[in-house]
Amino acid sequence: MIEINQLSKKYKGAEYFSVKDLNLKVEEGEIYGLLGPNGAGKTTLISMLTSLLKPTSGSFTINGLNFKENKNQLKQLIGIVPQEYALYPTLTAFENLAYFGSMYGIKGETLKKSIDEHLEIMGLSKFAHKKTATFSGGMKRRVNLIAGILHKPKVLFLDEPTVGVDVQSKNVIIDHLKLLNKQGTTIVYTSHHLNEAEFFCTHVAIIDRGVIIVKGIPSELIKTQNDANNLEDVFLVKTGKALRDHA
Amino acid sequence: MLLLVRDIGGIAILFIMPLLLLIVITLVQDSTFKTISDIKIPVLLVDNDNGEVSKKIIENLSESNSFQILQKSSEEEAKEAVFSGKYQLAIVIPENLSASLQKKVDQNVEGILSKFGLEEDTLAVEKETIPQKEVRLYFDPATQVSFKSSVKNGIDKMISKIETQSIYKAFQTELGEEDSEPIFDTENFIAFKEILPTKNNEEIIPNSAQHNVSAWTLFAIFFIIVPLSINLLKEKNQGTFVRLRTTPVSYATILGGKTIVYLSVCLVQFTLMLLVGIFLFPAIGLPGVDVSGKLPMLYTVALFSGLAAIGLGLLIGTVAKTQEQAAPFGATSVVILAALGGVWVPVFVMPKFMQFVSKISPMNWGLEAFYDVFLRNVGFAKILPEISLLLLFFLTTTAIAIIYNRRKNAV
Repeated sequence: MIEINQLSKKYKGAEYFSVKDLNLKVEEGEIYGLLGPNGAGKTTLISMLTSLLKPTSGSFTINGLNFKENKNQLKQLIGIVPQEYALYPTLTAFENLAYFGSMYGIKGETLKKSIDEHLEIMGLSKFAHKKTATFSGGMKRRVNLIAGILHKPKVLFLDEPTVGVDVQSKNVIIDHLKLLNKQGTTIVYTSHHLNEAEFFCTHVAIIDRGVIIVKGIPSELIKTQNDANNLEDVFLVKTGKALRDHA
Repeated sequence: MLLLVRDIGGIAILFIMPLLLLIVITLVQDSTFKTISDIKIPVLLVDNDNGEVSKKIIENLSESNSFQILQKSSEEEAKEAVFSGKYQLAIVIPENLSASLQKKVDQNVEGILSKFGLEEDTLAVEKETIPQKEVRLYFDPATQVSFKSSVKNGIDKMISKIETQSIYKAFQTELGEEDSEPIFDTENFIAFKEILPTKNNEEIIPNSAQHNVSAWTLFAIFFIIVPLSINLLKEKNQGTFVRLRTTPVSYATILGGKTIVYLSVCLVQFTLMLLVGIFLFPAIGLPGVDVSGKLPMLYTVALFSGLAAIGLGLLIGTVAKTQEQAAPFGATSVVILAALGGVWVPVFVMPKFMQFVSKISPMNWGLEAFYDVFLRNVGFAKILPEISLLLLFFLTTTAIAIIYNRRKNAV
């Protein structure tokens, strides 16, 4: 489904590569977690895979397509849920979703029905016509997620979709993502919540300083690492305990 | 469109401020377009002559209806009052002006008549040197140059007339004619007549409203640059632009949508300003705006001016990184374009280089097109070059914005 070959990104003026010679394969139907400390290169990788950032070198294909030759086709195929809320605060949840849905060519009754269904699943029906400026962080996250999946993408990229939300909102989001995955959507997601990733992802890759340190099925990774009881143990062993602050 | 509608405060500012600007500027400038002003400027006058000439100067100034004459006895007192800003102008008539002028004129007339052998006393008499007299003018240092020039010209004209009349009178006296039966016609032989453009055999007299509606409507239209560029930057900051970039919709389509919305705003603004000019101005004592038969052309000019402004707004919004960059840059650009375009100072009085620069200001093209329609009553063909330039400006700026965005976000 996704094939990444020697993908690298170095920002202008930066000393190090944010992503360096990265190779990765994500098969159809997988939920692939990209894990790593702050500044590991997770968001940079997702930004390149969603056409938001130009790679310095390397290439990738999604469903056999690349952005240079099949830009519009590929954009229709993928969905993105960015880390920012990416909503118009003065518009209602319904208006926001109607606008973003229309960008994918969904119109009229089909669009309305799809929005209503998703709002219902996410427990937001009664807030459909309220401005998103008045929403809590959890509510905004849920609307943010709907905006990325209205057009039923084959591949969904999520950048920290559960960051800063309450447990209830997180459960609703994870449950809905599992449902989408069952319906055939391949999911690539980044997270700091390692427990969440351990139970949610079919595969994970731990990235540090732009390179993949280890990848595989979470339970197998835990088994292969001595004294590791969970993914967090594996993560700490592989990435170390030193802080990664840099500017 | 919804984003704009939801921002009631923003909408109010977008529509009310240009109207306020138009009304205030027209009220302020109205008097300069009236032949007889309602306002009399107080002028200090020190009469050290107390003769025929000073009497005539005072009479003429009073009759002009522009000045209220306040006599002062001392030049120092008048000078201090003017230089401290209490009064705009003081006129000081020198001592013995009447007598000296009479002497000078008599001397000249006698000289001329002697050349013709008409003077009875043909013996050569040595000419007495009569020193030149000067009428002194004191202006408040804050007085604008244009006002000073018009006052100087007026007084110069008045004094010339008095001199001419004195010469004629001296001739008459020398020729032994009675004063009661003038032999010279002292009225100007050459007169001026301003020929105005006509429509249906009626003269169209330009008024302050027509000038101001043209200039300030255009100014308001161009101010759309500020909210438009801020809107684009808000989308970048909110993250919605990131989402839009991942959709199959092109940047050109996004800009196209914004163009339609903001162009509608421009046209609503224009309509409101026209309505103010047509209905509100006469109600508050200002001359009304006559749009009969001009509406299609006026809307054409407004539409293309709006496009030019939007093109610049799209470019600024695309290139700027923060609202702090876009807002001051956008607002200052509008003011500079207005200055270059001739909104404040007519282009023909600008220095040669600035006149050239003015020709490449879209606001100049818009203003000329509005003047063509409002004041020159021309046909559609005459405004075609100007609206073509405005369209070209829109296409160029939008194309640069699209190319810039493509290069910056190329994958």
